[in-house]
Amino acid sequence: MSSGQNERREMPRSEMTGAEMVVQALKDNGVKHVFGYPGGAVLPIYDEIFQQDEVEHILVRHEQGAGHAAEGYARSTGKAGVMLVTSGPGATNAVTPLQDALMDSIPLVCLTGQVPTSLIGSDAFQECDTVGITRPCTKHNWLVKDVNELAAIIHEAFHVATTGRPGPVVVDIPKDVQFAKGIYVPPQTAPRTSYQPKVQGDLEKIKAAVELMAGAKRPILYTGGGVINSGPEASHLLRELVDLTGFPITSTLMGLGAYPASGKNWMGMLGMHGTYEANMAMHDCDVMVCIGARFDDRITGRLTAFSPNSKKIHIDIDPSSINKNVHTDVPILGDVGRVLEDLVRLWRATAKADKKALHPWWEQIAKWRARDSLAYKMNHDVIMPQYAIQRLYALTKDMDTYITTEVGQHQMWAAQHYHFEKPNRWMTSGGLGTMGYGLPAALGVQIAHPDALVIDIAGDASVQMTMQEMSAAVQHEAPIKIFILNNQYMGMVRQWQQLLHGNRLSHSYTEAMPDFVKLAEAYGGHGIRCEKPDELDDAIKEMISVKKPVIFDCRVATLANCFPMIPSGKAHNEMLLPDEATDEAVANAIDAKGRELV
Amino acid sequence: MNAQHLQPTGSAYFIAKETERPENHTLSVLVDNEPGVLARVIGLFSGRGYNIESLTVSETEHEKHLSRITIVTRGTPHVLEQIKHQLERIVPVHRVVDLTVRSHELGQERPLERELALVKVAGTGEARVEALRLADAFRASVIDANTEHFIFEITGKGSKLDQFIAIMKPLGLVEICRTGVAAMNRGPQGM
Repeated sequence: MSSGQNERREMPRSEMTGAEMVVQALKDNGVKHVFGYPGGAVLPIYDEIFQQDEVEHILVRHEQGAGHAAEGYARSTGKAGVMLVTSGPGATNAVTPLQDALMDSIPLVCLTGQVPTSLIGSDAFQECDTVGITRPCTKHNWLVKDVNELAAIIHEAFHVATTGRPGPVVVDIPKDVQFAKGIYVPPQTAPRTSYQPKVQGDLEKIKAAVELMAGAKRPILYTGGGVINSGPEASHLLRELVDLTGFPITSTLMGLGAYPASGKNWMGMLGMHGTYEANMAMHDCDVMVCIGARFDDRITGRLTAFSPNSKKIHIDIDPSSINKNVHTDVPILGDVGRVLEDLVRLWRATAKADKKALHPWWEQIAKWRARDSLAYKMNHDVIMPQYAIQRLYALTKDMDTYITTEVGQHQMWAAQHYHFEKPNRWMTSGGLGTMGYGLPAALGVQIAHPDALVIDIAGDASVQMTMQEMSAAVQHEAPIKIFILNNQYMGMVRQWQQLLHGNRLSHSYTEAMPDFVKLAEAYGGHGIRCEKPDELDDAIKEMISVKKPVIFDCRVATLANCFPMIPSGKAHNEMLLPDEATDEAVANAIDAKGRELV
Repeated sequence: MNAQHLQPTGSAYFIAKETERPENHTLSVLVDNEPGVLARVIGLFSGRGYNIESLTVSETEHEKHLSRITIVTRGTPHVLEQIKHQLERIVPVHRVVDLTVRSHELGQERPLERELALVKVAGTGEARVEALRLADAFRASVIDANTEHFIFEITGKGSKLDQFIAIMKPLGLVEICRTGVAAMNRGPQGM
């Protein structure tokens, strides 16, 4: 991945204030948009932003919103997202998006103001130990104490955020450093010697992988967000690999879109709410090729029963991901794109795809597919949430569409029933599971792609966590569509209470729901409500046609559960399928040991 | 359809892991000597639930601003490998060497490990004479004394220091300060 640093021929060295340096460094790193919220300790930087128009500032309503917007911006463009916040509460409000970006490997550069160096440690107004608080939730962070180091640190921050396994970084800039004058240095290509991510895979290992794959009778490709982070070329190579090998392919939540959902080898998402065919194939395969994924607990189910009879190949840029949860037979350390390039080349040169040998495997997969694990009972009086997503997909798939989500049942239904053909079109909080991610993320995506159709598939509970960013969307004329599957419950919490706690619905019902239509209007947006399946299409079409932010209150069946499901502590071949999920089966799905798991 | 799960799984992957026994390993970590670097290392251990049995840190190459951190940790081989990789992810970390693994590769039982302790013992009469006699046997040197106390400086393996301290306990032990383990591998090769 390139760090996106521009060469600047004019002004090799020049004197400027710290605040000027910040804006100059943003420009030099190719930044066009910054999401932020002003405050005392960043006023000098805001003053510089005011006096130029190369870098556009997007004012949010809460710093968490700035972070998620920058994440959405980053995921949909492949570039670093940038946020700018003040000291103290500004920085602490940034913690959630920082951790979110850390777990989902999103390049996020967060600039924070800090009290002047002379006041650090004195419990000054709006002081907090920003580098201390953000140390475990960033890839790296810096406190800048000398204005002459500021420019180099910001350049390094962009480099660290965007290279290797991408992630969030924080640069904490005391107010006196923003006022002080020093020498600005442009971006240089001399990274620190201790940070040298390995991108090129070991050829011997790749050869071993090709050999193993060529001999496979029941292979599977299991891909993740690493393919998307590696850039569009990696997705292209992945498609080529699937065509060459004829292998079936599944993906994690984070990897959706790297391989097109319309591709014939696509088996759907795997994991806790993945398809039956994907999970059964994972369990029964003889060779598993994990590409840019990390064997997360949502994916593996019970580890002791995870794909017991397969040899595993794991391609990852992060050495700590390899052999962390699952033993790997052929570990390949490197950037997915580079490794796939070698893998595809070696496959072409040495391996002959014996697609006939895979016939029995594909026949077996066809049987699993025939189980139709995403089926649900249609209802003509009430909108089923799955139906709502299916109609949304049908009516928007031919447009330039980007989807974000909040966290919960609606997120899983979106992953199951909205189908992605391209990478960078799907923004969701996977690792951290941050309710409230989707609305500000949609804002960020819309800023990056002003003419696209950006939809936040939301739940009624999640969306209220960052609803205030509606105001930011209206201000910046970002016509995001907030499509709420409103069942009046924290649906996934309720589902787990049914699974684990005798259906005692402790505080998962929202008794006082706002009128979302009036709320949209109050913000200066457009509100739509739909309660009947036969009115849904027209309502969705209205949503698409309105050229301003829309809140769509889609009233859905209140007690629908999200299936299929691997209950906690169970294995891939112990899925709970929708047609078997009676109340009794749901109540007994998780045993005492599984109860303790998340 | 779910009959299969009643059979025991044939996975070899986790059988090995469960029978793995925790071991003590000594890691050498070469880092840029910059503010917060020790907090990054310690935070990693506490955040991920790894053990620290001993930790020492000091600048070793002033011109290059390099510090060397020596950590004695305890875990199964699988966890120890994770610790190494997690440490390597820290941006200012240059190198991580598991000295224990390295010593095995070199055909040695364990790396060279030394620790220094200052041990204050107060007393008079027979106990005082006995303390001095034992200190001599342990090759501890007296670095401060008056008529009622000694401060001994003792260097050696941790187990030797443990033993010395245990012996001093009934002889008027007042306080102890230990440096933690400094370690490197035998032979001409660097880390």
